[in-house]
Amino acid sequence: MNFDELYQQLILDHSKRPRNYGELDGDGVIHVHGDNPSCGDEIHLHVRFGPEQVEELRFTGHGCAISQASASMMTLKLKGKGREEAERLLRLFHDRVAPEGDGSDDPGPRELGDLNVLSGVRQFPQRVKCAMLAWRAFEQALEEASGGNEGEARVSTEEAP
Amino acid sequence: MMPILPRDSPGSLYCMNETTSPDWAALRADFPILDQQVHGQPLIYFDNAATSQKPRRVIETLRHYYEHDNSNVHRGMHELSARATAGFEAARTRLARFINAASEEEIVFTKGTTEAINLVANTWGSANIKAGDVILLTEMEHHSNLVPWQLLAARTGASLRFLPINERHELALERLPEFLTPEVKLFSFVHISNSLGTINPAADLCRAARAVGALTLVDAAQSAGHCPLDVQALGCDFLALSGHKMAGPTGIGLLYGRKTLLDAMPPWEGGGEMILSVRYEASTWKNAPHRFEAGTPNIAGAITLAAAADYLDGIGREAIFEHDRRLAQYAHERLAAIPGLTVLGPPLGSEARSGVVSFVLKEVHAHDLVTLADQRGLALRGGHHCTQPLMRKLGLSSSARASFYFYNTQAEVDRMVEILAEIERFFR
Repeated sequence: MNFDELYQQLILDHSKRPRNYGELDGDGVIHVHGDNPSCGDEIHLHVRFGPEQVEELRFTGHGCAISQASASMMTLKLKGKGREEAERLLRLFHDRVAPEGDGSDDPGPRELGDLNVLSGVRQFPQRVKCAMLAWRAFEQALEEASGGNEGEARVSTEEAP
Repeated sequence: MMPILPRDSPGSLYCMNETTSPDWAALRADFPILDQQVHGQPLIYFDNAATSQKPRRVIETLRHYYEHDNSNVHRGMHELSARATAGFEAARTRLARFINAASEEEIVFTKGTTEAINLVANTWGSANIKAGDVILLTEMEHHSNLVPWQLLAARTGASLRFLPINERHELALERLPEFLTPEVKLFSFVHISNSLGTINPAADLCRAARAVGALTLVDAAQSAGHCPLDVQALGCDFLALSGHKMAGPTGIGLLYGRKTLLDAMPPWEGGGEMILSVRYEASTWKNAPHRFEAGTPNIAGAITLAAAADYLDGIGREAIFEHDRRLAQYAHERLAAIPGLTVLGPPLGSEARSGVVSFVLKEVHAHDLVTLADQRGLALRGGHHCTQPLMRKLGLSSSARASFYFYNTQAEVDRMVEILAEIERFFR
């Protein structure tokens, strides 16, 4: 694999010019702070859920290109999706990047679209948590939403479950 | 006594005339692992601070032990056991000589540096540290020389102090009197920082500690095998090192401790080998060092580590030190020319710089840099290097690190610079 395959222009672009970068305030917004303590990646995710769907997402953060690009692409993908659809995409993405996959080079499920470029992370187990950070934060946001909570939550890829 | 090393093992020339420089190219050929491709490119192994590679002769020693001499030590009454015991205790004596300890009884074999430090914290520490006492560390310590003391302090009500680093990434020595006060019972510090590459003036620090009645522990994980080590010259009370960073195997290291100190320390782990006599209700303990070696030791590891000590002394640790420093200085000069790249640690050319070169590249997170370097066959390390508090203090989430050993070459450094320049352009 050369530079281009993992760090395709797409990833580079998203990490340098993240989409939906910023904050969300107001009623019904759930804020989740996620970090990778061992490498310093941080994501602050803000999600407004509507009655049925993910209405709006924003994030801020800093860290490696993989973590920031994944967050940026995630916000594009999940906006407007129904909650069940969002959960499905979360699982799909996880399966795509987790090293237990069959390692096949297929282009990946169509629904993931651009997110498929992150699948190269599968070959770098140390980087999987970078790709997953934003998604873990979103998972937490979903849980907060189902629990009827508003407000702040925290997730870390390295805390004991 | 049976020989430790196989007589016909391959090996490089190691009876060097002191005035000739070692044949580095010939020595490199002793390391089979270096001769491979990674992702279609020649491997450039610049992660020696994480672990060093092993020469054929050391690997052979391990193989020979298991093929000829393996048995359990100390209480067997047959030939193989006698050989294994002799080899194991000869290794202890050899390692005592390696650091100029007064006797082999001052060498306790451990899994490595981390275990050695924990041993001191849990035995000497538990018996001697109480509320109100201070343990002095520095801001550049590796987690292994920080966490055990945090645990001890929490248990005993003692507190920790941290000698600061200055803008040159060296210890602020002029502030030592402020920190090294009579409440300090132990000053535990790193000899060569794995994160910054800084060499600390260990003998001076030990002298200063002695003057206020504090004991000292030197974390020699990065210095053992990279420069001469003499505990008499250092004047330290304890010293910890790891075998795998000095051309030896993983799973073996040692704690050096002055005999009087070790003899007064309560047991560490309990079990076989460290006891004299055992009844159901109570047992009595052996003297140091065996008191601190419960269970079957890493016999093969100790014997192999002694072979590594022989190998390195055959080259000369002073020569190794000069080689690594020269190469690191060359790397420092060339890296500093890459746009946006900052080298950490003391300034270029400083006597306090070692063979460890850490750096940050603007706009490129260390993990991305190291992953991309790997794609070109270059093994670096990126992250916090087990010095999270230090990185936080420096305002860095991570840094990248190249660390050299005597088998690394200038051509490899040139290639690293090419690769990093390519990465810098890619992210621009």
